[in-house]
Amino acid sequence: MDGNLGRPGAIGTATPRVDGRLKVTGEARYASDFPLADPAFAFLATSAIARGRIADIDEGEARAVPGVLDILTFRNIGDAVKRTKLFSDGGYVGSTIMPLGSDRIFHDGQIVAVVLAETFEAAREGAHRLNLSYAPEAPSAGFDSPGAETVAARDVSSTFEDPAVGDAEAALATAAVTVDERYATPTQHHNPIELFTTSCAWSDGKLTVWEPSQNVTGLKYGLAEQLGIEPDNIRVVSPYIGGAFGSRGSLTQRTVLIAVAARRLNRPVKLVAMRYQGFTIATYRAETRHHIKLGADRDGKLVALVHEGEEVTSRPDNYKVAGTDASTRLYACPNVASKVSMVHADRNTPGFMRSPPEVPYLFALESAMDELAIALNINPVELRRRNDTDKEPIKGLPYTSRSLMACFDAAAKSFGWDRRTPQPGSMRDGDWLVGWGCATTMYPTQVAPAAARVTVTPQGSVKVQTAAHDIGTGAYTVVALTAADKLGVPVDKVIVELGDSDLPPAPVAGGSNTTASICNVVAKACEQIRAKIAAAAVGADSVFKGADAATLVLADGHLQGPGGTSEPLDKAVRRVSNGAIEVYAENIPHGAPPDGIAKLYQGHPALAGGAKLKDRIQFAFGAEFVEVRVHALTREVRAPRVVGAFAAGKIVDPTTAKSQLMGGLIWGVSSALHEATEIDRRVARYVNTDLAEYLIPVNADVEVADVILVPEDDRQVNDLGIKGLGELGNVGTNAAVANAVYHATGVRIRELPVRLEKLLDAPVAL
Amino acid sequence: MRPFVYQRAASLADAVEAGSQGAGRLPPTIAAAQYLAGGTTLLDLMKLDVMRPETVVDINGVDPVRRRIERRPDGLRLGAFATMAEAADHADVKRDYPVVAQALDLAASPQLRNMATLGGNVLQRTRCPYFRDQKYSACNKRDPGSGCAALEGVNRKHAVLGVSGSCIATYPGDFAQALVALDALVEIVGPDGGRVMPFEALHREPGETPHIETNLAPGEIIVGFVLPAAAWTRRSVYLKIRDRQSYEFALASAAVALDMADDVVNAARIGLGGVATRPWRAREAEAVLSGGKIDRAVAQRAAEAAFAGARTSGDNQYKRELGKRTLVRALLQAAELSV
Ligand SMILES: Cc1cc2nc3c(=O)[nH]c(=O)nc-3n(C[C@H](O)[C@H](O)[C@H](O)COP(=O)(O)OP(=O)(O)OC[C@H]3O[C@@H](n4cnc5c(N)ncnc54)[C@H](O)[C@@H]3O)c2cc1C
Ligand code: SF4
Repeated sequence: MDGNLGRPGAIGTATPRVDGRLKVTGEARYASDFPLADPAFAFLATSAIARGRIADIDEGEARAVPGVLDILTFRNIGDAVKRTKLFSDGGYVGSTIMPLGSDRIFHDGQIVAVVLAETFEAAREGAHRLNLSYAPEAPSAGFDSPGAETVAARDVSSTFEDPAVGDAEAALATAAVTVDERYATPTQHHNPIELFTTSCAWSDGKLTVWEPSQNVTGLKYGLAEQLGIEPDNIRVVSPYIGGAFGSRGSLTQRTVLIAVAARRLNRPVKLVAMRYQGFTIATYRAETRHHIKLGADRDGKLVALVHEGEEVTSRPDNYKVAGTDASTRLYACPNVASKVSMVHADRNTPGFMRSPPEVPYLFALESAMDELAIALNINPVELRRRNDTDKEPIKGLPYTSRSLMACFDAAAKSFGWDRRTPQPGSMRDGDWLVGWGCATTMYPTQVAPAAARVTVTPQGSVKVQTAAHDIGTGAYTVVALTAADKLGVPVDKVIVELGDSDLPPAPVAGGSNTTASICNVVAKACEQIRAKIAAAAVGADSVFKGADAATLVLADGHLQGPGGTSEPLDKAVRRVSNGAIEVYAENIPHGAPPDGIAKLYQGHPALAGGAKLKDRIQFAFGAEFVEVRVHALTREVRAPRVVGAFAAGKIVDPTTAKSQLMGGLIWGVSSALHEATEIDRRVARYVNTDLAEYLIPVNADVEVADVILVPEDDRQVNDLGIKGLGELGNVGTNAAVANAVYHATGVRIRELPVRLEKLLDAPVAL
Repeated sequence: MRPFVYQRAASLADAVEAGSQGAGRLPPTIAAAQYLAGGTTLLDLMKLDVMRPETVVDINGVDPVRRRIERRPDGLRLGAFATMAEAADHADVKRDYPVVAQALDLAASPQLRNMATLGGNVLQRTRCPYFRDQKYSACNKRDPGSGCAALEGVNRKHAVLGVSGSCIATYPGDFAQALVALDALVEIVGPDGGRVMPFEALHREPGETPHIETNLAPGEIIVGFVLPAAAWTRRSVYLKIRDRQSYEFALASAAVALDMADDVVNAARIGLGGVATRPWRAREAEAVLSGGKIDRAVAQRAAEAAFAGARTSGDNQYKRELGKRTLVRALLQAAELSV
């Protein structure tokens, strides 16, 4: 690491992650690594039916297991847990299903008991020996299941609007070329490597919770509401997180059960849920279906776009991702219609999963665009160019910046796209059919109200504190770079503290807002420190006397002014304080509500941006190119080469940004070729609930995943010009894969995942 | 997982004695005493509460000799307690029995191959999700007579050869396909002494009793495998088709060894994996090939013969076609012909 990064320009310098060493040496403490004094261990017993009632619980055998201390069930928990609202209705929980709320079963794998014991093994055995009997009812597994209930989003949400403009059906009727197809994406689960763990300890009425979380502040307030206690009696600790991808954004119901258990036993309780339990005690990406209709003129200019999406959700909750917000605004088109519906089934409530709306909805749109390109015999890149726009078509709002075609050009060049021959099956390499495909990615640029505290000592040590989260993305590093840039101290002199609800509050690590939200508020705090130091310097008997305070900068451990004036930082700091200078700052970004900070102090992040602003629209864009190889005989599909070019405003740390985007590309390929949770529709139960059967790519599946960062300067989105990119890399990739598979084989896969059996009948010659 | 007695056997005789305790007439798969080798199948299933042994007899300390891989006049003997990694990396195995080295190398992950033993490997249990999940009450293999949830369930990965109305679970291993194709022998030691039998006779089709997976008697231990000494074993391949490049069980696989003189096939030996309920020897296909020249059309006819008796169950319909193509590809590869 360049120890001299401490100057303006640190932001934008490729820097290895500052917590890397701690992580690779095992020193970084994850939630379940914190030692507890004399803990009891919890094991969850989960439901074997998806719908019905618990008829009886025979605890005899389980309680007889040596070491079993207690068993929480709906019968004995009383009203220890208060009913609260879904996060999208002003609450905090990701599911309103209260597992021990009654004898009612809402989905397979619902928590039905918490067995507490002296050891993990005894708790597990107790759970296995718990005998439950049920009064089952026939469950609805999802789409087309008897008893599943479809509702239109606009009918159940007062704030939801289906984006529309012009008369799409009329335009379709007269369009020169049309595409009218249906697409589908499967159920997928986050499966972060760190399991869903929770440890709780009470002391004098105060509760400490150790849990991997993307929203420690929300967890604190939500849990307080569930327990009916003062939020200030709760502290949530989550310094390192072993992957999250949205699964740790809203509060799951497991946390409160462990808190209640710890209070009952009057000793700390630790839960490390099993991998298979993670499929049903947290959220997931539900399956979606799409109907897309495109109409275009002979030159490929869109004249009509219709996007209807259907998403599965649980019985009680109206969770939806509603990706038409993005898909209807991607291309210039005068006539647009859209509709989002939810299908209630006997399933656990779905939730955020990396690019929740864009991954499924852009699969449909970007597949359809490829079909349109083929129908028109236009190069798919050229089709995107002809429909590029600098304002979104629904309300005519300008994009703050949009480098989509610059991304296509950079990625196409690097990929070698001009060597592509369009005919399916035409690029064979020995026994392998080669296919090349591409697609657009877009992700909303969102910024949220945030608070941070920055302290500088005369020795030039800096501490930055904020209850933000590093979910493996590099947040520690970008915050350190921001302080180094603004305060002129080297990165290794910056201590960053995150992931603790006692720190100044920060928004959920979701919607790719963290870097923009946190770096801007930290920069603001740093600027206040600089201003104090500068004001004191120009007013005192110093080399800066009489200079304009605004012209003084902190760099290389010095305060520097015009004409080469300079003074060591310690001297400049001492002029302000004999001890440290400490500044607390808050930031409310453009478009966020004026009471955004008040909301934040109740654990409600107020993300602003994307397509939700009144005066403009702000998104990051990219272009992704994929090479697939399909064996001519056995038809297994591999994606050995992926290239993505992305423009996302100011890149604070190109090193961590590239890892995010590379991981995104790999995830994107995975979302097309590998990941799918199978459901036994007879019983509405997930089938492949372990990492041997729920496939994710292994190293051998990834040969080349190249990331190109396309420069983009956008000072409108926020002062530092940062767009989020954590969720940019894995959007559209699934479509690029399916488009490449078509190119290789002539078979259009409209329903993911791509599996070899769908290609066995491909028309290409063997 | 439930409490069990852990016993570390000091000798083979010790192990057999401990392993036979209380076994009664129960087949080894549901016997009260289970041998612990690498533990990568057994411990998994115990944690899932699917296997509930009362006694676990650790055989890792038994006798280092049983780990050895040694050349003998009648062939190469692989000690059953050798790890998958040791066997896959062995120079003689790699040179003389490519199909064995490849089958082992393409299985599981390096970590698992370092732990798992050859004996445990051939006795690994099915990956049928209904077998592995206690919440399904219907599984004849786990709970004889309870039915089969897979017949009309999610069965994309289930078998099409050797299936019965009681069970369609796929035998998941790779190594066993190589053994079955090579006419390997298996050496067994039990309460009544030692015996040797063709490896092909070790496993059983499910029939009405899918919980009885092998012809091992209660308490018997596999101590070794013998690969034949013959020149033809060098012309052998293992081809494994799956949804991802590594670390996954086969959707379809073929172990092929061709005894060829010039371009004529004297004898073909074929094992099929991922598609059958037990390690599968495709003799009908071998008959098509023996004594003639091999080309794409002949290979195709052989594959048709191999899958003539295939019975599909829904999601696994594609396996008939995939299985055939996998065999064709493997045959052409072994004959050094292009697709
Ligand atoms: C995630 C995952 C992926 C895998 N992928 C593959 C794959 O792609 N291909 C593949 O082939 N395998 C695969 N496996 C299976 C793995 O190869 C087996 O689990 C392993 O080979 C079993 O050997 P072990 O020594 O660990 O057996 P153990 O678990 O110790 O024993 C298995 C069974 O055999 C009995 N046993 C063990 N040794 C003897 C003996 N000498 N005599 C008599 N009985 C004995 C035990 O009592 C037990 O019932 C995978 C496993 C996992 C967990
Ligand atoms: S296929 Fe066999 S193992 Fe699977 S559920 Fe049926 S009986 Fe059980």
